[in-house]
Amino acid sequence: MTTSDDRKTGGLTRRGVLKAGTALGAGAVITPSFFVRNAWAEEFRNNPGNASSVKFGFNVPQTGAYADEGADELRAYKLAVKHINGEGDGGMLNTMKPLALKGDGVLGKKVEYVTGDTQTKSDAARASAKRMIEKDGVIMYSGGSSSGVAIAQQSLAQEMGVIFMNGLTHSNDTTGKDKRRYGFRHFFNAYMSGAALGPVLKETMGTDRRAYHLTADYTWGWTQEESIKNTTEALGWQTVNAVKTPLGAGDFSQYITPVLNSGADVLILNHYGKDMINSLTQAVQFGLRDKQVNGKDFQIVVPLYSRLMAQGAGENIKGIYGTTNWNWSLSDAGSQAFVKSFGQEYGFPPSQAAHTCYVQTILYADACARAGTFYPPEVIMALEGFEFDGMGNGKTLYRAEDHQCFKDVLVVRGNENPSSQFDLLEVVQEVPASQVTYDPGIFGGELGPYKV
Amino acid sequence: MFAGLTRNDKLLFIGFTIAALAMPLLAWPVGANYPDLLQKFAIYGIFAIGFNILFGLTGYLSFGHAAFLGVGSYAAVWMFKGVTMNVIPAVIFGVMVSGMFAALIGFISLRRSGIYFSILTLAFAQMSYNLAYSVLTPITNGETGLQLSQDDARIIDRLFVEQGAGLPSTNLFGLEMSGYPGFYFCCVLLIIAFFISLRIQRSPFGMMLRAIKTNQVRMNYTGFNTRPYALTAFIISGMYAGLAGSLLAVTDPLAGAERMQWTASGEVVLMTILGGAGTLIGPILGAGLIKYFENIFSSYNDGLLSESFSFLPDFLNDTLVFIIGPFVGEGWSLLLGIVFMAIVIFLPGGLMEGLTRIHGWYRRRGGGDTRAADAASSRQAAE
Repeated sequence: MTTSDDRKTGGLTRRGVLKAGTALGAGAVITPSFFVRNAWAEEFRNNPGNASSVKFGFNVPQTGAYADEGADELRAYKLAVKHINGEGDGGMLNTMKPLALKGDGVLGKKVEYVTGDTQTKSDAARASAKRMIEKDGVIMYSGGSSSGVAIAQQSLAQEMGVIFMNGLTHSNDTTGKDKRRYGFRHFFNAYMSGAALGPVLKETMGTDRRAYHLTADYTWGWTQEESIKNTTEALGWQTVNAVKTPLGAGDFSQYITPVLNSGADVLILNHYGKDMINSLTQAVQFGLRDKQVNGKDFQIVVPLYSRLMAQGAGENIKGIYGTTNWNWSLSDAGSQAFVKSFGQEYGFPPSQAAHTCYVQTILYADACARAGTFYPPEVIMALEGFEFDGMGNGKTLYRAEDHQCFKDVLVVRGNENPSSQFDLLEVVQEVPASQVTYDPGIFGGELGPYKV
Repeated sequence: MFAGLTRNDKLLFIGFTIAALAMPLLAWPVGANYPDLLQKFAIYGIFAIGFNILFGLTGYLSFGHAAFLGVGSYAAVWMFKGVTMNVIPAVIFGVMVSGMFAALIGFISLRRSGIYFSILTLAFAQMSYNLAYSVLTPITNGETGLQLSQDDARIIDRLFVEQGAGLPSTNLFGLEMSGYPGFYFCCVLLIIAFFISLRIQRSPFGMMLRAIKTNQVRMNYTGFNTRPYALTAFIISGMYAGLAGSLLAVTDPLAGAERMQWTASGEVVLMTILGGAGTLIGPILGAGLIKYFENIFSSYNDGLLSESFSFLPDFLNDTLVFIIGPFVGEGWSLLLGIVFMAIVIFLPGGLMEGLTRIHGWYRRRGGGDTRAADAASSRQAAE
């Protein structure tokens, strides 16, 4: 009933191909049940039909440079599923407004989940996602921590016709030039980091600075470097040099030594995860922060911060500026409810990665409840332009044009006197959403069709 | 086509063809019958067959074979981007480019043998990997990986088909190459690849390669120049890897540099040794085993485990989950390591040796035709 004409190639539709596939496999394939459903019921992939449960797929890095984040994301996903199913104390379901979920699963179906390891590699992530879609029959999958991987999974989502809720991904490209109709991002992006950080940098470091960038060499690093460069150069700063470093380099000393003699007085680290921990630690060990250059104190800026990284970098993060999507110390009701139930479950506060993944899962489930169906085009329309509150960042808009959330951004500083081992980031400023909102046209890209 | 093959070889080929085509059915009991994993079985099977021609037959251990896989992928994706989404030109282009790349690397590396050869190939592969991340980013798109985009040229496609709203998908004259059609396309190529490998092994050229493995110095003393033979084997092997790489792009039009990493090169060595180096079927079995572990065991978590042991009492269930838990999910490579060690220690000839032993044991027990069993085992040894 929904054969799409726009993707016809030589007069074949997906339905036709599925049938051809069945014919080819006939005799060889003991047709799995989802196959039957796909061919004859309302046509969308992994339609749960009359089943009593639906499956979500959580695809996170369990190994590699972003493994810490991945582990925390997985905890949050499990908690979200619990809350959606009406177990535990309900967390943000108590604070989210408007809310269509009733705490009995989604549309009366219990939520189950499968997990996978992306290994922070596009290949492995897509293989794992395909397993979830083709074998486990997930209705939605989610995950994050590397924008390259997120973008690869998002384009797979469009091909497969299964919605992908981005976890932690900060590249402008995710909802910019590589945006997809089947991909959604709650997390903020590099552009917003730049816009939020600019005024604070001007205030604390002045307008006459010389910046040196070290940048993780992939989509996220590139766009963050570009965004931060645009912001700082608008302030009047000069960019001395911008050096790309491989992801997961481990040892950054060969990149940091040249900074010492470059005449720069600010080092901007466009690194994340273990990379950021290593590069920052080494930069501090090399004595950069004790230096005086051009008559000014040498400064380090980490545009994208997270508490997990701060924990890894220890003492070295004190006084260093950056931005973050969310921090557990926020005092609004949504954040508090989430921190409380996460703390009860696992014994420590959640990271921003956990927060965004938790929120994304709830948002998807809620969109299904509002749409009254799991049929992806309807769910997508329910998410597009959705305005909500009580999820930790104040009033938030899921912009329809690029599937990007717009909400307040936090500018933070490494805490000089932490009161606990988790109290590592001090919120300097909550930058209102209006200040970081931009025109969706500036990054280009096409969302693509609703029906695939 | 079958001229010069023994009856056993013909049976082997026919049996293999049937098994390959029925793979979805065979993989069903172990929960591996979904298109993506089946495609991986076929593709990495091709990769391992090709590697086996070099390692199992010729005795050269290349530690950089993934480079050819990566080059094949990039070439195929560029064909999709530049010319057409039809898979035939992409596969041919991928195989040709990696063949040429193999000729270049082989020409240099084959001046040495043994460990020096291994290290040279490893170095070249690592160089390719790092180049793909640094200076070659305009071609490879670095860490993000080479992907299709809306504004690709696709010269031939634009002549015939209106540009759709979404990204086009790879196709074989209109048949989309995802899901089961994609698997059967890879499967047919796997069968062809297997047949070519069979013919090579049974040919005078294959005899020459085997002689190189046995004693290259003696070959040289008797007046043979072995290097052209070794180079040819290297190039063929590289082309197999290129075929596998381009098929990876066919089933999923995206190429990343991590395909060229040394771990990927090591993986194919593991596959071959696990299955049985030098045998015809072994490497394919090894490839299947490793891909199965990577895709299935990595997806197990404690919840799933306790579900599958739910027939046991709670206490036993918890204990079992506690014991098995660390070996699945993120620890799947730990389990693979243990299996690998066990096979290398107890079955030095790989899975194929295991099969031969079971076969022999079955024959002895059945008191059947011992001559046939002997023939089978001697054939196995010859492979």
